[in-house]
Amino acid sequence: MKLALKLAFKNLWGAGTRTVLNVLVLSFSFVIIILLNSIMDGWDQQAQKDSIVWEFGEGHLLHKQYDPLDSFTILDGHGPIPKNQLGITPILVYQATIYPQGRMKGIVLKGIDSNQTILELPIEKVKTSEAKFPVIIGKRLAESAKLNKGDEVQIRWRDKNGTYDANTLTIVDVFDSNVPNIDNGQIWMDIKTLWKMTDLNQEASFFVADKNYKAEALPLWRFKSQEALLKQLKDLINQKKTGQAIIYLLLMAIALLAVFDTQILSIFRRQKEIGTYIALGMTRSRVVRLFTIEGSMYSILALIVGSIYGIPFFMYLAQVGFAVPPADQKMGIAIAEVIFPIYGIKLVLSTILLVVISATIVSYLPARKIAKLNPVLALKGKQQ
Amino acid sequence: MKKILFVLLFCAYFSNDLSAQQSSKEALEIIKKVDKNMFSETQIITSEMIVYGKRKSRTIRSKGYSKGQQNNLTEYLSPEREKGTKMLKLDNRLWIYSPATDRTIQLSGHLLRQSVMGSDLSYEDMMEERKLSDLYNTKIVREEIYQGRPSWIMELTAFVDDLAYDKRILWVDKNRFVPLKENLYAKSGILLKTTLFMNIKQIDGRWYPTRLNYKDVLKDGKGTDFVILDIKFNPAISDEYFSKSILRK
Repeated sequence: MKLALKLAFKNLWGAGTRTVLNVLVLSFSFVIIILLNSIMDGWDQQAQKDSIVWEFGEGHLLHKQYDPLDSFTILDGHGPIPKNQLGITPILVYQATIYPQGRMKGIVLKGIDSNQTILELPIEKVKTSEAKFPVIIGKRLAESAKLNKGDEVQIRWRDKNGTYDANTLTIVDVFDSNVPNIDNGQIWMDIKTLWKMTDLNQEASFFVADKNYKAEALPLWRFKSQEALLKQLKDLINQKKTGQAIIYLLLMAIALLAVFDTQILSIFRRQKEIGTYIALGMTRSRVVRLFTIEGSMYSILALIVGSIYGIPFFMYLAQVGFAVPPADQKMGIAIAEVIFPIYGIKLVLSTILLVVISATIVSYLPARKIAKLNPVLALKGKQQ
Repeated sequence: MKKILFVLLFCAYFSNDLSAQQSSKEALEIIKKVDKNMFSETQIITSEMIVYGKRKSRTIRSKGYSKGQQNNLTEYLSPEREKGTKMLKLDNRLWIYSPATDRTIQLSGHLLRQSVMGSDLSYEDMMEERKLSDLYNTKIVREEIYQGRPSWIMELTAFVDDLAYDKRILWVDKNRFVPLKENLYAKSGILLKTTLFMNIKQIDGRWYPTRLNYKDVLKDGKGTDFVILDIKFNPAISDEYFSKSILRK
């Protein structure tokens, strides 16, 4: 084995530029696989963390007629707050229309207790305002409706009987969250103010649960755990990961094709050498192993070269993060302006194994031909 | 002396109350006459809706059939894109049929609050055809000359819970018993919409506005004009016009 490794290394060294090119292409694939996967893992972890602290808490207790994904259910999807329930923060959802700069824009009003601590929403800011209808909005709505902190905007809504009411909202804060679900087209206010506006006193559309909440069956409500709420996000990220895998598998295929090509060329051009090895007493399988090791050595060298330029690059990226283009941030999914990649041990080891095993397989496939060579003809250098 | 003062105060209060009652009764009579003028048991209207946009305006022509206060069918005649679209209202339900997709959808909930073809009118506004005298307490606020016509300015306050507008101010022509202008208010007292009634003509013995302008005052723009090209009061209309099967015909 030691001899095989020594011979393989010498042969690769002797191949010069061909080896350099193969190693570079393979190392590039190795670095790209780790880079893309680490960014996706970073996004996954950040999106889950943000969704929990801004939107999901430990889960949602939803009114049976309320579906957050169906705006048709807002009108009837609310009910009286159940008694003797600990660890839940009520949220009432209501539809309204605002008129920023004389334009009409449909929005969703969300009322939450201004003393709540379960979500990171800076709703406590409405408490210190002297305005009649103090509200907070997210940066996305602020941008689309061209509203800023301190602005006033006309709002029109209907009370529970369907009678129009109108007044002026004062924006006391514009918050910056990575979770668009709590921002796009939504205005947050104290739930008591919303109860007064709508005559739906002590009613809620859903609750955000904290760690003290113990799920129990309630006639009007259904509980959706944090895991169930995060499923949609996880599915989406997994789908994105699959899409990205196509890119790096293509890159990997190009690199492996180069190794495969080199192996075929080696076996074709080095028939005298193969014949000599067999004449000197090497078994055919040992010669096959020698050529296979030679091929898989490309992957080992690629890992070393990849590490030389990859590790500093990954360390730099872990510090500054990967900036997400503004267009991607408007996709409607939880995504930060900067994603910090996560390099898990599982990711690095699985990538190393993928590169080494696939390089070994593509080296072995052409080397199998050696087993069929006639050593005499090979020694004479005759093509077979 | 005290007794005389008490009697005088009592008489003053009683006469005020009596005059308020008379004014209210008179106001109700006026509104009933307005209702009588504006409503008929059946109606067929050919009209144009002109929606003013920022850059250009759109004209949508339609033919409407109505029976009582609950049943209404509107068929859009032009432009080509809207031609054949039908809107059927039966009681509190509304269906829209689109020939392009050959599908009928029922509108409910917040969809009823959406604008009709980009106009300042919502589907709910179009559906509301109940008589004012059945819904509002009325009083005469003052009299004035409006657009050259002697008019009453009347304040209507809802006594029914489920109305879209809590208060209306109505300018009523004193001689023709036809509205000239209407302001619609929110519960908070903020003015929401204004309707102007223009080109008032005598048709089949009643005075009727043939051009209306609806304006959502919270929104920029010129509002939406509704021009009546032809109107027939109390024609015979078959019941099949007010069934869902008419939508696909």
